[in-house]
Amino acid sequence: MATAAATATVNRRDVQIKRPRVKPARVALHAFLITMVAIWLFPIAWAIFTSLRTFGDTALHGYISWPADGLTLINYQTFVTEAQLPLYYLNTLVVVVPGVIFTLLLASLVAFGCTQFSWKFNLTVLLIFTAGNLLPPQVIIIPLYYAYLHTPIPYFGEIDINAWNFSFAIFSDNTLLYDQYIGIILIHVVFQTGFATFVLSNYMKTITKEITESALVDGANVLRIWWSVILPLCRPALAAMATLLFTFIYNDFFWALVLMKSGAKRPITTALNNLQGEFFTNNNLIAAGALLACIPPILVYILLQKQFVAGLTLGSTKG
Amino acid sequence: MANTTRTAPARALGSPEAGALVTTRRRRYTLLTRRDKVLLLLMVGIPLALDIVLIWLPTITSVLLSFTNWDGLSDLTSKNFVGLKNYQFMFTGYTLFWPAFSHNVIWLLWLTFIATPLGILFAVLLDREMRGSRIYQSIFFLPVVLALAVVGLIWELQYTPTDGFINNFLGIAHNSHLIDWLGNPRINLYAILVAASWRHIGYVMILYLAGLKSVDPSLKEAARVDGATEVQTFFNVVLPVMAPINVVVVVVTAIESLRAFDIAFIINQGKNGLELLSILITNNSVSEASLVGFGSAIAVVLLVISLVPIVAFLTRVMRTF
Repeated sequence: MATAAATATVNRRDVQIKRPRVKPARVALHAFLITMVAIWLFPIAWAIFTSLRTFGDTALHGYISWPADGLTLINYQTFVTEAQLPLYYLNTLVVVVPGVIFTLLLASLVAFGCTQFSWKFNLTVLLIFTAGNLLPPQVIIIPLYYAYLHTPIPYFGEIDINAWNFSFAIFSDNTLLYDQYIGIILIHVVFQTGFATFVLSNYMKTITKEITESALVDGANVLRIWWSVILPLCRPALAAMATLLFTFIYNDFFWALVLMKSGAKRPITTALNNLQGEFFTNNNLIAAGALLACIPPILVYILLQKQFVAGLTLGSTKG
Repeated sequence: MANTTRTAPARALGSPEAGALVTTRRRRYTLLTRRDKVLLLLMVGIPLALDIVLIWLPTITSVLLSFTNWDGLSDLTSKNFVGLKNYQFMFTGYTLFWPAFSHNVIWLLWLTFIATPLGILFAVLLDREMRGSRIYQSIFFLPVVLALAVVGLIWELQYTPTDGFINNFLGIAHNSHLIDWLGNPRINLYAILVAASWRHIGYVMILYLAGLKSVDPSLKEAARVDGATEVQTFFNVVLPVMAPINVVVVVVTAIESLRAFDIAFIINQGKNGLELLSILITNNSVSEASLVGFGSAIAVVLLVISLVPIVAFLTRVMRTF
């Protein structure tokens, strides 16, 4: 006990002897990085500052000025009351939740089928999915747009969520795929399945095939093995992918811009485009709108940073 | 029936001579019942069919439509076939094509030679035992989680002529020296490239950091012992062993440049200096006009360019799988 304490003090003295020599290179490095951090955070800090001031204040004193009227949430309030902001969040929710779930289901099925069994076309299938995800969406948008306009989808009624004053159709209120939540969900699922399949296959190929083989010997069918043997083993990868897919789908701007006509149905990121012009009459409102739109992904990032980074790097390093 | 097919291989699995490749293959197949095979076919087949119908079929249709003058409304008949006329007009008569094309090229060059190297620099600087490394990483990565449309709006607050931060800071917001960062077609592309880089640098940094972690530290140590400077170590030791990650970073950069759409569109619908191929496709055929055939020809150009990074990436996937 006493010796342990003694060595501890000796060690600490050792450290203290080494410490005073601060390398100038280290100081320069920190100085550089802190400058960069300031540059990186400034646009966001500026947006927050601008969003918290009234238009009258900034019009009178200029945007670079001490907030004479104090800071206020009035711009945010304007969004909630006049721009029907909660509606856009719900639109996003209706797309993101099924989007993430179905993408993970489909991608894990394909990854399971292609990594746990040796088929002739394993690699071909994976290449088709991976390449499809790398295409710019604009390459396929024209035929897709006309296909959406001509694909009949049945209407079975509405689901009303009275508490939120929100309703959505099962499955299409205009009997088309165009201008429907289901259409947006569908293209997200198919497009993102490419990416998720690639990442999950990279993960699943590290799981030995013997696990599947012995489960087969025990009499389990492949669907059962996928669900209760392989998926639990992939939990870390699935969590990472769910985080990443949430952000990807949430942040999408293009699909809903083209495949959804009704402004009132558009998810929040795309809705920013409707607000541009008619509602975004000053920088204060733009700032509040941009920040409101990015609160959910920032929250997800803060809470699940590890998952987020893991999802991005799974695809690049293990491949 | 199902049981008999299962018990035989089950015994074989336990036998010690399970070494030969051919028997392994055969055994794996016999383990699967007919039902399993059908199930597997559906498990892979349904997603695959969706991918083909919604991604690859439209890709091929884009190519076919590019030889027509279809307007999207009337029936498409053989009379709509116009051969290479769309391409001819695109390359020689359409005044927006070459500007958009060069904007995409500038985008690619900017991200490749300015943003990506900066992201790599950040990764290399942060890949060491140092105080606050994680905090620096989190902050540089923060813009990556934002939607590109939001990035566009956030930078609009910097750039607007009379109300934006930059002009007010420079004291030129209210006089004749005012710079219209987003309205002047000679500079607005570079203005939004700064915004795009703000996001891209963090993305590259994270990808590269993950790669750097997998570099054997003894390699760097050996170089240091041999008297190499940090810069020499990076270019002669680290960069070569990072080849696989380098491919990913280059592919990601190229794809991002070809996909560029959101920032330009939210700023001014991609006009007046911000034309991009992706935006011309959308404006010509879907949102503003319905020149389906002509827009498809632009889509084919974008497709052909995209195939370069896509094939580069797939080649790597094939090598490692």
